[in-house]
Amino acid sequence: MNEKHFIELVDGPIQMEDLREQIDHSDAGAHGWFVGVTRRRTGDLVTETLHYQAHKAMALRELDSLAKSAMKKYSLLRLVIVHRLGEVPVSEASVVIGCSSQHRPETFSALEWIMNKLKKDVPIWKREVYCDGKEEWVHPGVDGDDGEALP
Amino acid sequence: MVFEVLLFAAARDLACSDVVQIEVVVPLDGDSGNAKDVCGQSGDGIRTTAKSILQALGEQCPELQALLPSCRLAVDCEYVSPETCVSPESEIALIPPVSGG
Repeated sequence: MNEKHFIELVDGPIQMEDLREQIDHSDAGAHGWFVGVTRRRTGDLVTETLHYQAHKAMALRELDSLAKSAMKKYSLLRLVIVHRLGEVPVSEASVVIGCSSQHRPETFSALEWIMNKLKKDVPIWKREVYCDGKEEWVHPGVDGDDGEALP
Repeated sequence: MVFEVLLFAAARDLACSDVVQIEVVVPLDGDSGNAKDVCGQSGDGIRTTAKSILQALGEQCPELQALLPSCRLAVDCEYVSPETCVSPESEIALIPPVSGG
């Protein structure tokens, strides 16, 4: 593991308990976590489950670059980004981001910034499987897809 | 010159394959061609532009045509601009709009 940030792609449930100590730092006055989970309802659509696919080598590279940028931009002390691939059932976590900083504004801002960048540049894709049997890849901006993919 | 392009997500489903091979005509030194679009031969071997690869993908894999305008190309795990010169030895990936998180 890198001394200050930790990134990982996993094929099974994300073990939050194992990640908590990764953001410990004696100078930290703030710890923050964002957990993106599979949502059951999006408007009239009812999701049965999600499937995630990645260009793994590139995703790891992009996540590493993103982590380094975030560490610098927000003066973070520690940072963890873990994304799950494969099936992620309703209410389970697809992504976990945790960070620590001296004061809370940096932690609050960093979590949102990292998620926005991740959803724009990291080559990971989700496929919606709806309860009516339909399936579709989420590609924001294609065929009227509004990118309504907030976890 | 044959280039292999890795496919993901909807592109993979549309092409029914995780990789496609496309032929790109690369004018050699002395040939006429659009200098803006073609890198041609250099000390690094024969190369072409990312833009030419995307164009060839649309022509040779019509099933991808609708998706291509919103896709980016990545070479050796890095996003590249349309003008970037690409070697067939590089790992080339078609990256549709991402939706992680």
